Amino acid sequence: MVPLSLIDRGRKARLHTVCAGRRLTARLASMGLVPGVEVEVVNSSAKGPFVVSVKGTRLILGRGMVSKILVIP
Amino acid sequence: MANIMRVAEHQNQRKAATRSRHIDVALAGNPNSGKTTIFNNLTGARQHVGNYPGVTVEKKTGTCEHHGIKMSVVDLPGTYSLTAHSGEEMVARDYIINERPDVVVAVLDASNLERNLYLATQLMEMNVRLVLALNMSDVAAARGIKFDLRLLSQLLGAPVVPTVGHRNEGTSELLHAIVSAATNEQPEHVSVSYGKELEDGIGRISDLITTSGTPLGQYQPRWLAIKLLESDQDVREKVGSEEILGAVEQTAERLEKLFGHPLEVIIAGQRYGFISGACTEAVRSTVEARHTASDQIDAVVTNRVGGLPIFFGLMYLVFHLTFTLGDPPMGWLESLFGWLGKVIDSWWSPGSESTLKSLLTDGVIGGVGGVIVFLPNILLLFVAITILEDSGYMARAAFIMDRFMHKIGLHGKSFIPMLIGFGCSVPAIMATRTIENRKDRLTTMLVVPLMSCGARLPIYALIIPAFFPHYWHGPMLWTIYVIGIILAVSSAKLLKFTLLKGQAPPFVMELPPYRLPTLKGTLIHTWERAWLYLRKAGTIILGISIILWALTSYPKKTDFGRVYSAEIAAAESAYESDPETLAAKMDEIEQAMQAEELAHTMAGRIGHAIEPLLRPMGFDWKIGTALIGAFAAKEVFVAQMGIVYAVGEADEESDPLRARLHESYTPLQAFCIMLFCLVSAPCMATVAVTKRESGSWKWALFQLGGLTTLAYVLTTVVYQVGSVFTAGTG
Repeated sequence: MVPLSLIDRGRKARLHTVCAGRRLTARLASMGLVPGVEVEVVNSSAKGPFVVSVKGTRLILGRGMVSKILVIP
Repeated sequence: MANIMRVAEHQNQRKAATRSRHIDVALAGNPNSGKTTIFNNLTGARQHVGNYPGVTVEKKTGTCEHHGIKMSVVDLPGTYSLTAHSGEEMVARDYIINERPDVVVAVLDASNLERNLYLATQLMEMNVRLVLALNMSDVAAARGIKFDLRLLSQLLGAPVVPTVGHRNEGTSELLHAIVSAATNEQPEHVSVSYGKELEDGIGRISDLITTSGTPLGQYQPRWLAIKLLESDQDVREKVGSEEILGAVEQTAERLEKLFGHPLEVIIAGQRYGFISGACTEAVRSTVEARHTASDQIDAVVTNRVGGLPIFFGLMYLVFHLTFTLGDPPMGWLESLFGWLGKVIDSWWSPGSESTLKSLLTDGVIGGVGGVIVFLPNILLLFVAITILEDSGYMARAAFIMDRFMHKIGLHGKSFIPMLIGFGCSVPAIMATRTIENRKDRLTTMLVVPLMSCGARLPIYALIIPAFFPHYWHGPMLWTIYVIGIILAVSSAKLLKFTLLKGQAPPFVMELPPYRLPTLKGTLIHTWERAWLYLRKAGTIILGISIILWALTSYPKKTDFGRVYSAEIAAAESAYESDPETLAAKMDEIEQAMQAEELAHTMAGRIGHAIEPLLRPMGFDWKIGTALIGAFAAKEVFVAQMGIVYAVGEADEESDPLRARLHESYTPLQAFCIMLFCLVSAPCMATVAVTKRESGSWKWALFQLGGLTTLAYVLTTVVYQVGSVFTAGTG
């Protein structure tokens, strides 16, 4: 189990837990980031935004948040 | 293995309304689903934009007809969910529960179905007659996604109609489905099943609600129970009963311990599980969905190095176009109003004085005309913003600016309104709608006026050349703008530290694929915003223009210092043969008369009365009078100064006025005038729009008071300190 920030571009991983405040966690869940869901890292270069694909939707995530999302590679 | 549950007891009663051949329809859907396009297809020009009572969320309604059956359509705010977290969600949810529309149409982006169905699952729990519009089916088809519509419809418990909104395809089928849903028996009701443990909990709480006898009429117990377990604030307040809330607390604790995750996450997970199951059975993807084109564009546009210049380049282009393309129509409108003034003038015999005439020409046409003249610019600005938004670029822009905005405690989305503020504060404040967090939104609204707007330019253009050498012109103008920006940023930081304290929410945003905006959609969108601007700014400005006209015209002076009639007669006889000099002399006499008159009026007297207050800033009563007029619209400042200094019709190019100013004031005073105009509230339209967008007079007046106080204090300090340094240099 590793933070999402460590997943390379083009790789997929399964969401395990979100270690954030309750409201944020609930909000992310309603956007598709629920335990067990598969996420694919679309863009992780330090030169741009961190973008993941979840259930066919693109989400931009702030960097602080990305390290709070724990996934199983 | 879809989770399907037959809920026989949730049969809908047939509504009496359907027998009267009128159907109430509500459109719900995600923000990027093309819902508005569908709404436009259904209602065309028969739309109306207003407000939901008590809130600042826009309400769009329209009508349409299908085979003799009339329908009212409400376009609910675009939402991803129906929680109590945002104003839009609450409005959408309350509308569905309280107004009980006959049919709710959920507009879904077919190319993004799983995510879009999240909202639909919540609608399914609200006991409504549902129709699912599978919009953007062309995009889905192009990606090789195939739907088994019949099966999908069965699994979701609602008819599914494929549509292509931007080509107006599927509209009549949709209308047909709506009518069917309203008049026929509901198909077997389907709802998400949350798994054994959770369902037990829901059932227990639901029973408790039913037996408790709490008066919750139109709310279904099951829906209430689910919402309570989701910690929905609004439902918690409505239920109120200690007993029920206690039971919810207990159940939640037990379940969370069991699952190891917060309940909201479990519930969301179950919904997505249901959706996933339904899609696995009824949706076939033959090609891996890739947003390759969008990704390639993004690689350039959101690049840390290149993104910022591209963004600023685009913004510069927008402003440049707005002003170059907008200038010709502005000229026409100015001529139109000039002509209108002459026409009205001609209704009275030449030379005659009439209150009504003056009211119409100076008050109404002068005041309102001055605002409408800016409409071409505003329209173009709106068009540009609409295109940037509809194409999906704004999401990227918000991200790019987020890094900087975060440092002052704001969200990236706050940057766009501030940028628009360089053009005009009114559309800028309207643009704050995209900011979801209320505190951030208020903060942005309050500081936007500090971004020097277009109307202040004539003031700078008048004063700078009058007092400063040529090579200082550019830098001086730039300095003023920068001061504005610095003040805006500091004020925002201060506000977020004190009154509007709150963490800027962490950045998470859906990134829609780039889309080509439709011409029809863009035009309708733009027109809506422009109409709102006209209505609101226009009515208030009309009112205040008339008041200002009265203040600057009355009381009329009858005893003059100089005997003007004698001077006029003398001039006429002296220059009888020399029409040119006669005209010049007449002008001079008339202007002197006007100046005396102005001093005598309410505005003039107020100017005199507040002079002691103005003195610390280095101002005199003349400036005071001009500032009063400038409250209607900043450009008026220049015209008023012209009258006060008796140079007649003055604009910012007026050299005579510049000369007079140069004689009367020091460069320090001139700078203070510009500073004060920069910081103080731009115009009453701004205040009016702030009231509308913030929902209360409290914030509008706070903005007005705060800006004026800041302007006063700052200008006074600058003048006093400056005087110490420039003492002796005159």
